Amino acid sequence: MQKLTFPRMGESWRTFKMLLEDLGNEVVVPPRPSKRTLDLGVRYSPEFACFPLKILTGTYLEAIEMGADTIVTSGGIGPCRAGEYAMLHHKILADLGHNIKMVVFEPPRFYPFNFIKNVYILNRARHSIRGIIALIKKAWRKLQALDNAEKLSHVIRPRELITGTTTRVYRKGLEWIDQAYTNEQIIDAETAALEALRNVPQNPEAEVLRVGIVGEIYVLLEPASNLEIEETLGNLGVEVERSMFLTGWTRDNTWTETTEGMTVKAAAEPYLPELVGGHGRDSIGNTILCAKRGFDGMIQLAPFTCIPEIVARTILPKVSRDYDIPVLTFFLDEQTGKAGMTTRLEAFVDLMRRKKHFRQGNGLLTG
Amino acid sequence: MAVKVGIPSALLYYTYYPLWRAFFNEIGVQVVTSGRTTKNILDKGVREALADACVPIKLFFGHVMEIKDQVDYLYIPRVVCLNGKTIYCPKFLGLPDMIRHSLSNIPPVIDVRMDTRQGRFSLIKAYQELGARFGASKNSTLLAYCKARLVLIRYMSLLRKGLTPAEALSLLDKPGQSKIAAPPKTNLRFAVVGYPYAIYDSFISVNLLGKLRKLGVSVLTADNINPFLLTLQNNCHLPKRLFWTFSDIALKAAHFVFRHGRVDGVLHLTAFGCGPDSLVNKLIELESKKHREIPFMTLMIDEHTGEAGMATRLEAFVDMVRRRKEARLCKS
Repeated sequence: MQKLTFPRMGESWRTFKMLLEDLGNEVVVPPRPSKRTLDLGVRYSPEFACFPLKILTGTYLEAIEMGADTIVTSGGIGPCRAGEYAMLHHKILADLGHNIKMVVFEPPRFYPFNFIKNVYILNRARHSIRGIIALIKKAWRKLQALDNAEKLSHVIRPRELITGTTTRVYRKGLEWIDQAYTNEQIIDAETAALEALRNVPQNPEAEVLRVGIVGEIYVLLEPASNLEIEETLGNLGVEVERSMFLTGWTRDNTWTETTEGMTVKAAAEPYLPELVGGHGRDSIGNTILCAKRGFDGMIQLAPFTCIPEIVARTILPKVSRDYDIPVLTFFLDEQTGKAGMTTRLEAFVDLMRRKKHFRQGNGLLTG
Repeated sequence: MAVKVGIPSALLYYTYYPLWRAFFNEIGVQVVTSGRTTKNILDKGVREALADACVPIKLFFGHVMEIKDQVDYLYIPRVVCLNGKTIYCPKFLGLPDMIRHSLSNIPPVIDVRMDTRQGRFSLIKAYQELGARFGASKNSTLLAYCKARLVLIRYMSLLRKGLTPAEALSLLDKPGQSKIAAPPKTNLRFAVVGYPYAIYDSFISVNLLGKLRKLGVSVLTADNINPFLLTLQNNCHLPKRLFWTFSDIALKAAHFVFRHGRVDGVLHLTAFGCGPDSLVNKLIELESKKHREIPFMTLMIDEHTGEAGMATRLEAFVDMVRRRKEARLCKS
């Protein structure tokens, strides 16, 4: 029997595990990226490949040690490098002597047959088409539940009275959602998790800054790669709104583009009318939208050498000037240290807070 | 006085400049280029461009800075796709926007979009748009485009004969007059794989081609190989074609020379932080493992590349290849 594994991206593995098991496969859950994952990844990946490729190489190698022999992953049609990564990973793993089968999902909008073929390969339990659709719908619901819990945790964390409560409650909520296996259970678990999060003791007078996070999807979604930036910011009293969640991205890239995607595109139009791959245009569009909604600042996260984000980063200073919104960029790689990042974030938060006070007419704060 | 359009001598310059120049001259527009790369240009580019960008992009910024005060317009086309299949690196796609939004006091940027995936005549339409901008009539624009296309074909055939872009350009300017030195008799032949804007820019490549010539090595680049032979490479046994035109050509050229290029060594010239090259380099490396008889070396360039370091590495590589070849001749 084939043992499947897949890329790990935040908490979404809970959904994929459920879906693949429902389809009758044995699943090896990819371990959370650790120091060892990075070491393995850096050793066997090209030096200038972007950070996600390195983490994934390491994750795959660890999953292979745990017995996985098939990798389910996504493809792409460019111009971002990530579209070729499945192929490159296959080559690298083959070069290391691992005979691995890759199941690569290309965007079904352009490659419908590839999608059907892959579903056929994965459908071990021989479900009917209707059964598969029901399973995918259930998985989708779970993914939404996970995303909703995460979104709410970003809102609650900066307002909590005792530091760390939200994270603890959020972890518990994730477990509840993880344990839910039917549609009703998922909805119940989601409600319970959201309720528990809302019940976290909060300080109503907390002065909360609102910051948007834009950038490349993998480093946005995988906390191990962005050094838990959202948690760090939350503890600094900043409400984080991430521009990208897996549910939104999947919607935009499988069938049709949602209106949300359209507005981002329209907002970015005067600065970057061309799709430069990855999330370069989204970073610019979302920065403008957040600025219009009165955010206090933006943070751009990108892997080192990420081409689309370099294009976006070159244009962002202009956007920042035009819309009067501070933008801080982090290029992340295996050398990024948590302490350095926290220091930069603290300074950034201080500056934003001062700017906010000044705007509210409290005059310049010194010292 | 004619309108002056500036074309920075970087990136696509090495591939399409003859076409652009011929086209603009036909419709009565004067073309100004920024000339050869100098230390000054590189420094300007490094100062203006984002630190994380690759050297060729920084150079492009430098070249723009060099000519921005001498011209009425900057011609930075948004070249998306020219063969209907592969596109260009995302940095090329966002190039006009990067220039427009990060440099101040620059003349208007002309950024016609060229994407042949949008229909058979989209290129002609793009040039019509360009011609209309300078007040040329539709017919004369079309004529100019056809003439320019012929110039490009001549240029390409000159490159295929082994001329460098500079030599080919001077030959196009003064047919029959300029003397091109006959290639010296050499006993070694290397393939240099990489992007034209890195290989042919003798400043940023630290005069790689010249150094090889001096060491008695003749050079084969992707431009010297018939494109038909490259298409025959059958996508290099990859399940998926590389998205980017230059990378696709580089990889196919590497496969070609490894299989039947009759070369003594392969060099891959890559720029520090180049996105597509991180894949291309790994794929070439994996391919080279299958062809142990042909030595392979990667040369990485950035804005700090020193003359001496490069020369030492090249000399060592050439010496080793030469010694190996002699030893083999003795054995057989």
